[in-house]
Amino acid sequence: MSPTDKATNTNWMLLFLCWLLVSVSATISIFFSSVLEYQPCVLCWYQRICLFPLFFIFATGLFPTFDKSVIKYALPLTIAGTLTALYHTLLYAGIIPENIQPCSQGVSCTEQYFELFGFISIPMLSFFAFLTLVTLLFILKRRTAS
Amino acid sequence: MKYALVGITCVVLVLAFVVGNNYYQDQQEKKYGSMAADHTEIFVRDHSRTLGSDDAKVTLVEFMDPACETCAAFAPYVKKIMADNPGKIRLVLRYAPFHDGADDFVKIVEAADKQGKYWETLNLMFATQNIWANHHNYQPEKLWDILPRAGVDIEQIKKDMQDPAIANIIVQDMADVRALNVQKTPGYFVNGRPLQTFGYRQLYELIQSELNTQYPQ
Repeated sequence: MSPTDKATNTNWMLLFLCWLLVSVSATISIFFSSVLEYQPCVLCWYQRICLFPLFFIFATGLFPTFDKSVIKYALPLTIAGTLTALYHTLLYAGIIPENIQPCSQGVSCTEQYFELFGFISIPMLSFFAFLTLVTLLFILKRRTAS
Repeated sequence: MKYALVGITCVVLVLAFVVGNNYYQDQQEKKYGSMAADHTEIFVRDHSRTLGSDDAKVTLVEFMDPACETCAAFAPYVKKIMADNPGKIRLVLRYAPFHDGADDFVKIVEAADKQGKYWETLNLMFATQNIWANHHNYQPEKLWDILPRAGVDIEQIKKDMQDPAIANIIVQDMADVRALNVQKTPGYFVNGRPLQTFGYRQLYELIQSELNTQYPQ
Protein backbone atom coordinates (compact mmCIF):
# COMPACT_ATOMS: atom_id res chain seq x y z
CA MET A 1 0.00 0.00 0.00
CA SER A 2 1.44 3.37 -1.03
CA PRO A 3 1.71 6.22 1.53
CA THR A 4 -1.03 8.16 -0.31
CA ASP A 5 -3.38 5.20 -0.12
CA LYS A 6 -2.66 4.87 3.56
CA ALA A 7 -3.35 8.56 4.16
CA THR A 8 -6.61 8.32 2.21
CA ASN A 9 -7.62 5.29 4.25
CA THR A 10 -6.99 7.14 7.51
CA ASN A 11 -9.00 10.08 6.21
CA TRP A 12 -11.81 7.73 5.30
CA MET A 13 -11.73 6.20 8.79
CA LEU A 14 -11.81 9.64 10.43
CA LEU A 15 -14.80 10.65 8.33
CA PHE A 16 -16.43 7.32 9.08
CA LEU A 17 -16.00 8.09 12.80
CA CYS A 18 -17.76 11.42 12.23
CA TRP A 19 -20.60 9.62 10.47
CA LEU A 20 -20.76 6.98 13.23
CA LEU A 21 -20.95 9.64 15.93
CA VAL A 22 -23.73 11.44 14.03
CA SER A 23 -25.65 8.19 13.48
CA VAL A 24 -25.46 7.20 17.14
CA SER A 25 -26.40 10.72 18.28
CA ALA A 26 -29.35 10.89 15.88
CA THR A 27 -30.57 7.45 17.00
CA ILE A 28 -30.37 8.43 20.66
CA SER A 29 -32.08 11.74 19.92
CA ILE A 30 -34.96 10.02 18.13
CA PHE A 31 -35.12 7.40 20.90
CA PHE A 32 -35.48 10.13 23.53
CA SER A 33 -38.30 11.85 21.66
CA SER A 34 -40.20 8.92 20.15
CA VAL A 35 -39.79 6.13 22.69
CA LEU A 36 -39.16 7.87 26.01
CA GLU A 37 -41.41 10.72 24.84
CA TYR A 38 -39.13 13.50 26.04
CA GLN A 39 -40.50 16.56 24.23
CA PRO A 40 -37.67 18.38 22.42
CA CYS A 41 -37.51 22.06 23.36
CA VAL A 42 -36.81 24.81 20.81
CA LEU A 43 -33.05 24.79 21.36
CA CYS A 44 -33.00 21.01 21.00
CA TRP A 45 -34.73 21.43 17.65
CA TYR A 46 -32.07 23.88 16.44
CA GLN A 47 -29.40 21.34 17.34
CA ARG A 48 -31.32 18.56 15.62
CA ILE A 49 -31.54 20.69 12.50
CA CYS A 50 -27.73 20.84 12.52
CA LEU A 51 -27.33 17.17 13.38
CA PHE A 52 -29.70 15.21 11.14
CA PRO A 53 -28.45 16.43 7.71
CA LEU A 54 -24.89 15.46 8.69
CA PHE A 55 -25.96 11.82 8.54
CA PHE A 56 -26.44 12.16 4.77
CA ILE A 57 -23.64 14.66 4.16
CA PHE A 58 -21.00 12.45 5.81
CA ALA A 59 -22.35 9.31 4.15
CA THR A 60 -22.14 11.03 0.78
CA GLY A 61 -18.53 12.04 1.49
CA LEU A 62 -17.59 8.43 2.25
CA PHE A 63 -18.50 7.01 -1.15
CA PRO A 64 -17.19 5.84 -3.48
CA THR A 65 -14.00 7.13 -1.87
CA PHE A 66 -13.15 9.81 0.66
CA ASP A 67 -14.13 13.23 -0.71
CA LYS A 68 -12.46 16.13 1.09
CA SER A 69 -15.07 18.68 0.01
CA VAL A 70 -17.35 17.14 2.64
CA ILE A 71 -15.36 19.10 5.24
CA LYS A 72 -16.34 22.39 3.67
CA TYR A 73 -20.03 21.49 3.62
CA ALA A 74 -20.17 19.93 7.09
CA LEU A 75 -18.23 22.53 9.09
CA PRO A 76 -20.87 25.30 9.13
CA LEU A 77 -23.51 22.88 10.45
CA THR A 78 -21.23 21.43 13.13
CA ILE A 79 -20.06 24.86 14.28
CA ALA A 80 -23.63 26.16 14.45
CA GLY A 81 -24.59 23.03 16.39
CA THR A 82 -21.67 23.46 18.80
CA LEU A 83 -22.57 27.08 19.54
CA THR A 84 -26.26 26.29 20.07
CA ALA A 85 -25.37 23.35 22.32
CA LEU A 86 -22.92 25.49 24.30
CA TYR A 87 -25.58 28.15 24.85
CA HIS A 88 -28.10 25.46 25.80
CA THR A 89 -25.68 23.80 28.24
CA LEU A 90 -24.94 27.10 29.97
CA LEU A 91 -28.63 27.97 30.12
CA TYR A 92 -29.43 24.55 31.53
CA ALA A 93 -26.68 24.83 34.14
CA GLY A 94 -28.06 28.20 35.20
CA ILE A 95 -24.90 30.07 34.20
CA ILE A 96 -26.94 32.13 31.71
CA PRO A 97 -30.25 33.22 33.25
CA GLU A 98 -33.38 32.21 31.39
CA ASN A 99 -35.68 35.13 30.59
CA ILE A 100 -38.98 35.08 32.39
CA GLN A 101 -41.47 33.47 30.04
CA PRO A 102 -45.21 33.04 29.92
CA CYS A 103 -46.55 29.53 30.36
CA SER A 104 -46.95 27.81 27.04
CA GLN A 105 -47.58 24.45 25.47
CA GLY A 106 -43.93 23.88 24.65
CA VAL A 107 -41.22 22.50 26.85
CA SER A 108 -38.84 24.71 28.79
CA CYS A 109 -35.24 24.47 27.64
CA THR A 110 -34.18 23.87 31.22
CA GLU A 111 -36.61 20.99 31.77
CA GLN A 112 -34.60 18.14 33.31
CA TYR A 113 -35.25 14.80 31.70
CA PHE A 114 -32.17 12.79 32.18
CA GLU A 115 -28.76 13.13 33.78
CA LEU A 116 -26.08 10.54 33.19
CA PHE A 117 -23.96 9.95 36.33
CA GLY A 118 -25.90 12.77 37.92
CA PHE A 119 -24.33 15.64 35.98
CA ILE A 120 -24.16 14.88 32.23
CA SER A 121 -27.30 16.43 30.76
CA ILE A 122 -28.74 16.04 27.26
CA PRO A 123 -27.49 19.50 26.12
CA MET A 124 -24.03 18.60 27.42
CA LEU A 125 -24.03 15.32 25.48
CA SER A 126 -24.98 17.30 22.39
CA PHE A 127 -22.21 19.83 23.02
CA PHE A 128 -19.53 17.17 23.37
CA ALA A 129 -20.75 15.37 20.26
CA PHE A 130 -20.65 18.54 18.16
CA LEU A 131 -17.29 19.57 19.64
CA THR A 132 -15.83 16.17 18.73
CA LEU A 133 -17.18 16.55 15.19
CA VAL A 134 -15.62 20.01 14.81
CA THR A 135 -12.30 18.69 16.11
CA LEU A 136 -12.32 15.71 13.77
CA LEU A 137 -13.24 17.92 10.81
CA PHE A 138 -10.41 20.35 11.59
CA ILE A 139 -7.97 17.44 11.81
CA LEU A 140 -9.23 16.28 8.40
CA LYS A 141 -8.92 19.81 7.05
CA ARG A 142 -5.27 19.99 8.08
CA ARG A 143 -4.54 16.53 6.76
CA THR A 144 -6.01 17.35 3.37
CA ALA A 145 -4.65 20.92 3.16
CA SER A 146 -1.51 20.08 1.23
CA MET B 1 -15.94 -3.38 2.59
CA LYS B 2 -16.68 0.32 3.05
CA TYR B 3 -20.29 -0.15 2.03
CA ALA B 4 -20.59 -3.14 4.34
CA LEU B 5 -19.23 -1.17 7.30
CA VAL B 6 -21.73 1.66 6.82
CA GLY B 7 -24.57 -0.75 6.03
CA ILE B 8 -23.91 -2.94 9.07
CA THR B 9 -23.69 0.13 11.33
CA CYS B 10 -27.11 1.26 10.10
CA VAL B 11 -28.59 -2.18 10.74
CA VAL B 12 -27.02 -2.35 14.22
CA LEU B 13 -28.39 1.08 15.14
CA VAL B 14 -31.89 0.25 13.88
CA LEU B 15 -31.80 -3.05 15.79
CA ALA B 16 -30.60 -1.30 18.97
CA PHE B 17 -33.45 1.16 18.59
CA VAL B 18 -36.05 -1.56 18.15
CA VAL B 19 -34.72 -3.66 21.03
CA GLY B 20 -34.53 -0.60 23.27
CA ASN B 21 -38.06 0.36 22.31
CA ASN B 22 -39.46 -3.11 23.07
CA TYR B 23 -37.59 -3.29 26.36
CA TYR B 24 -38.85 0.13 27.43
CA GLN B 25 -42.46 -0.64 26.46
CA ASP B 26 -42.30 -3.91 28.43
CA GLN B 27 -41.00 -2.09 31.48
CA GLN B 28 -43.74 0.54 31.15
CA GLU B 29 -46.42 -2.09 30.86
CA LYS B 30 -45.14 -3.85 34.00
CA LYS B 31 -44.94 -0.55 35.86
CA TYR B 32 -48.50 0.51 34.98
CA GLY B 33 -49.78 -3.02 35.55
CA SER B 34 -48.54 -2.98 39.13
CA MET B 35 -49.73 0.62 39.54
CA ALA B 36 -53.20 -0.47 38.46
CA ALA B 37 -53.13 -3.24 41.05
CA ASP B 38 -51.65 -1.24 43.95
CA HIS B 39 -52.97 2.23 43.26
CA THR B 40 -56.35 1.86 41.58
CA GLU B 41 -57.22 5.39 42.68
CA ILE B 42 -54.77 6.87 40.14
CA PHE B 43 -56.91 5.41 37.36
CA VAL B 44 -60.37 5.87 38.86
CA ARG B 45 -61.18 8.66 41.28
CA ASP B 46 -64.47 8.93 43.17
CA HIS B 47 -65.47 11.88 40.99
CA SER B 48 -64.72 10.05 37.72
CA ARG B 49 -67.59 9.56 35.29
CA THR B 50 -68.14 5.94 34.38
CA LEU B 51 -70.26 4.19 31.81
CA GLY B 52 -71.18 0.51 31.81
CA SER B 53 -71.61 -2.09 34.50
CA ASP B 54 -69.64 -1.79 37.75
CA ASP B 55 -69.24 -5.58 37.65
CA ALA B 56 -67.41 -5.47 34.33
CA LYS B 57 -63.99 -7.09 34.60
CA VAL B 58 -62.42 -4.90 31.92
CA THR B 59 -61.95 -1.26 32.84
CA LEU B 60 -61.14 1.12 30.03
CA VAL B 61 -59.73 4.36 31.38
CA GLU B 62 -59.74 7.21 28.87
CA PHE B 63 -57.89 10.45 29.49
CA MET B 64 -59.74 12.91 27.30
CA ASP B 65 -60.60 16.50 26.60
CA PRO B 66 -64.04 17.53 25.27
CA ALA B 67 -62.26 19.88 22.84
CA CYS B 68 -59.95 17.20 21.42
CA GLU B 69 -60.84 16.14 17.88
CA THR B 70 -59.40 12.65 18.16
CA CYS B 71 -61.35 12.08 21.39
CA ALA B 72 -64.54 12.96 19.54
CA ALA B 73 -63.57 10.61 16.70
CA PHE B 74 -62.91 7.75 19.12
CA ALA B 75 -66.10 8.18 21.17
CA PRO B 76 -68.47 6.28 18.81
CA TYR B 77 -65.82 3.62 18.26
CA VAL B 78 -65.44 3.00 22.00
CA LYS B 79 -69.22 2.88 22.38
CA LYS B 80 -69.43 0.27 19.64
CA ILE B 81 -66.83 -1.96 21.30
CA MET B 82 -68.77 -1.64 24.57
CA ALA B 83 -72.06 -2.45 22.83
CA ASP B 84 -70.50 -5.52 21.23
CA ASN B 85 -69.44 -6.79 24.67
CA PRO B 86 -72.40 -5.95 26.90
CA GLY B 87 -71.68 -5.87 30.62
CA LYS B 88 -68.01 -6.73 30.21
CA ILE B 89 -66.47 -3.27 29.80
CA ARG B 90 -66.61 -0.28 32.08
CA LEU B 91 -65.53 3.08 30.65
CA VAL B 92 -63.93 5.60 33.00
CA LEU B 93 -63.51 9.15 31.74
CA ARG B 94 -60.68 11.28 33.06
CA TYR B 95 -59.81 14.79 32.00
CA ALA B 96 -56.59 15.86 30.34
CA PRO B 97 -57.33 19.39 29.05
CA PHE B 98 -53.83 20.11 27.74
CA HIS B 99 -54.68 23.10 25.56
CA ASP B 100 -55.09 26.59 26.95
CA GLY B 101 -58.76 27.28 27.42
CA ALA B 102 -59.74 23.61 27.25
CA ASP B 103 -60.55 23.69 30.97
CA ASP B 104 -63.72 25.65 30.20
CA PHE B 105 -65.21 22.76 28.28
CA VAL B 106 -64.51 20.32 31.09
CA LYS B 107 -66.29 22.76 33.39
CA ILE B 108 -69.27 22.99 31.04
CA VAL B 109 -69.73 19.25 30.82
CA GLU B 110 -69.26 18.81 34.58
CA ALA B 111 -71.77 21.60 35.20
CA ALA B 112 -74.23 19.77 32.94
CA ASP B 113 -73.93 16.78 35.24
CA LYS B 114 -75.55 18.82 38.01
CA GLN B 115 -78.63 18.83 35.78
CA GLY B 116 -78.31 15.10 35.15
CA LYS B 117 -77.35 15.62 31.52
CA TYR B 118 -73.67 14.62 31.51
CA TRP B 119 -73.57 12.10 28.66
CA GLU B 120 -76.15 13.95 26.56
CA THR B 121 -74.09 17.13 26.81
CA LEU B 122 -70.78 15.40 26.12
CA ASN B 123 -72.18 13.61 23.06
CA LEU B 124 -73.69 16.81 21.72
CA MET B 125 -70.40 18.65 22.31
CA PHE B 126 -68.50 15.98 20.41
CA ALA B 127 -71.03 16.09 17.58
CA THR B 128 -70.81 19.88 17.24
CA GLN B 129 -67.12 20.22 18.03
CA ASN B 130 -66.28 21.63 14.58
CA ILE B 131 -68.49 24.63 15.37
CA TRP B 132 -67.10 25.63 18.75
CA ALA B 133 -63.54 24.25 18.61
CA ASN B 134 -62.69 24.51 14.94
CA HIS B 135 -58.92 23.98 14.65
CA HIS B 136 -58.40 24.77 18.31
CA ASN B 137 -60.15 28.10 17.94
CA TYR B 138 -62.13 27.74 21.15
CA GLN B 139 -65.42 29.58 21.31
CA PRO B 140 -67.34 28.49 24.41
CA GLU B 141 -69.96 31.19 23.69
CA LYS B 142 -71.06 29.26 20.60
CA LEU B 143 -72.10 26.42 22.92
CA TRP B 144 -74.76 28.61 24.55
CA ASP B 145 -76.84 28.29 21.37
CA ILE B 146 -76.14 24.61 20.91
CA LEU B 147 -76.46 23.11 24.38
CA PRO B 148 -80.19 23.74 24.95
CA ARG B 149 -80.62 20.85 22.48
CA ALA B 150 -79.26 18.56 25.20
CA GLY B 151 -81.99 19.86 27.48
CA VAL B 152 -79.78 21.85 29.83
CA ASP B 153 -80.36 25.26 31.36
CA ILE B 154 -77.56 27.50 30.08
CA GLU B 155 -77.79 30.12 32.81
CA GLN B 156 -77.47 27.39 35.42
CA ILE B 157 -74.43 25.97 33.61
CA LYS B 158 -72.74 29.36 33.56
CA LYS B 159 -73.24 29.55 37.33
CA ASP B 160 -72.25 25.96 38.10
CA MET B 161 -69.08 26.19 35.98
CA GLN B 162 -67.59 28.42 38.67
CA ASP B 163 -67.95 25.69 41.32
CA PRO B 164 -64.52 25.19 42.95
CA ALA B 165 -65.29 21.46 43.22
CA ILE B 166 -65.09 21.26 39.41
CA ALA B 167 -61.76 23.07 39.39
CA ASN B 168 -60.52 20.55 41.95
CA ILE B 169 -61.54 17.65 39.70
CA ILE B 170 -59.36 19.10 36.94
CA VAL B 171 -56.43 19.60 39.32
CA GLN B 172 -56.68 16.01 40.55
CA ASP B 173 -57.02 14.57 37.04
CA MET B 174 -54.06 16.57 35.78
CA ALA B 175 -51.99 15.27 38.72
CA ASP B 176 -52.88 11.72 37.67
CA VAL B 177 -52.06 12.61 34.06
CA ARG B 178 -48.53 13.41 35.20
CA ALA B 179 -48.29 10.34 37.43
CA LEU B 180 -49.27 8.10 34.50
CA ASN B 181 -47.21 10.10 32.00
CA VAL B 182 -50.15 10.71 29.67
CA GLN B 183 -48.83 13.03 26.96
CA LYS B 184 -51.59 13.00 24.38
CA THR B 185 -55.34 12.70 24.25
CA PRO B 186 -57.11 10.40 24.12
CA GLY B 187 -54.86 8.31 26.40
CA TYR B 188 -56.11 4.79 27.09
CA PHE B 189 -55.42 2.24 29.79
CA VAL B 190 -57.11 -1.14 29.72
CA ASN B 191 -56.99 -2.70 33.20
CA GLY B 192 -53.90 -0.57 33.76
CA ARG B 193 -52.19 -1.57 30.50
CA PRO B 194 -51.36 1.50 28.43
CA LEU B 195 -52.15 1.64 24.72
CA GLN B 196 -48.63 1.48 23.29
CA THR B 197 -49.12 2.48 19.68
CA PHE B 198 -52.06 4.65 18.88
CA GLY B 199 -54.89 3.63 16.57
CA TYR B 200 -58.38 2.15 16.36
CA ARG B 201 -57.13 -1.34 15.62
CA GLN B 202 -54.50 -1.21 18.40
CA LEU B 203 -57.13 -0.13 20.94
CA TYR B 204 -59.48 -2.87 19.76
CA GLU B 205 -56.73 -5.48 20.08
CA LEU B 206 -55.73 -4.32 23.55
CA ILE B 207 -59.34 -4.47 24.77
CA GLN B 208 -59.88 -7.81 23.06
CA SER B 209 -56.80 -9.36 24.65
CA GLU B 210 -57.96 -8.21 28.09
CA LEU B 211 -61.48 -9.51 27.39
CA ASN B 212 -60.03 -12.90 26.45
CA THR B 213 -58.04 -13.02 29.69
CA GLN B 214 -60.92 -11.93 31.92
CA TYR B 215 -63.68 -13.84 30.14
CA PRO B 216 -62.14 -17.10 28.84
CA GLN B 217 -64.31 -18.76 26.24
